[in-house]
Amino acid sequence: MKLTRRNALALGGAAIAVTLVPVNATFAATDLTMADIAAFTGGAEVGEGGIELTTPEIAENGNTVPIAFSAPGAKRVLILADGNPSPGVATFSFSELAMAEGSTRIRLATTQDVIAVAEMADGTFTKVSKSVKVTIGGCGG
Amino acid sequence: MAKPRVKVPKSATAGEVVTIKTLIDHKMDSGQRKDKAGNLIPRKIINSFSASFNGEEVINVKLEPAISTNPYFQFSFKVPETGDLAFKWVDDDGTVTETKKTITVE
Repeated sequence: MKLTRRNALALGGAAIAVTLVPVNATFAATDLTMADIAAFTGGAEVGEGGIELTTPEIAENGNTVPIAFSAPGAKRVLILADGNPSPGVATFSFSELAMAEGSTRIRLATTQDVIAVAEMADGTFTKVSKSVKVTIGGCGG
Repeated sequence: MAKPRVKVPKSATAGEVVTIKTLIDHKMDSGQRKDKAGNLIPRKIINSFSASFNGEEVINVKLEPAISTNPYFQFSFKVPETGDLAFKWVDDDGTVTETKKTITVE
């Protein structure tokens, strides 16, 4: 391929598209959530998967939504609720005695994504997110 | 006063993974709600939960206001030997609630 002006532009455009698409397509979260994830990871790259996050598909009462997770090999797990006034929910730290799993009950203000970010024993990070439909929100009043 | 309830097996085999359930009575005022007069109810939550076995930490959870009223936690851990599993909850006002259960390895 000869390096003409047209070819150069096409290549440049393709390169921009490739770099932009993964960021937009895989994860659309609020700035607050992104800031919480960055604080947890120290700005490290975050992979996908490796965590089993169990949430109800529809939560009738946002005041108490049962969630459970299992992240084999994780040292710490951060739980976030993307659509709450403040996204932080809980941070779990596991010693070598504990299995990297847990369950609790959380408050969800509205229909939104629940996100789990895990720090693995080797220092890498991974995350999953699950959408939960909420009939009655749990933060108002 | 917060009253804790924990479910811990009395006995286990060495190396067995046991499931622990905990619940503590607490209103978990998020700091977002308003009272009938429209005044914001100040935040007052349990901000930390931890469990340790024979003095060694097993699990530690940092709680935010998005944890429901009467915080419930379930976790599991490997029992190495006979010992005490000690639970600790810390309130925003500094109140510490503790309870302890013995697990006997047969």
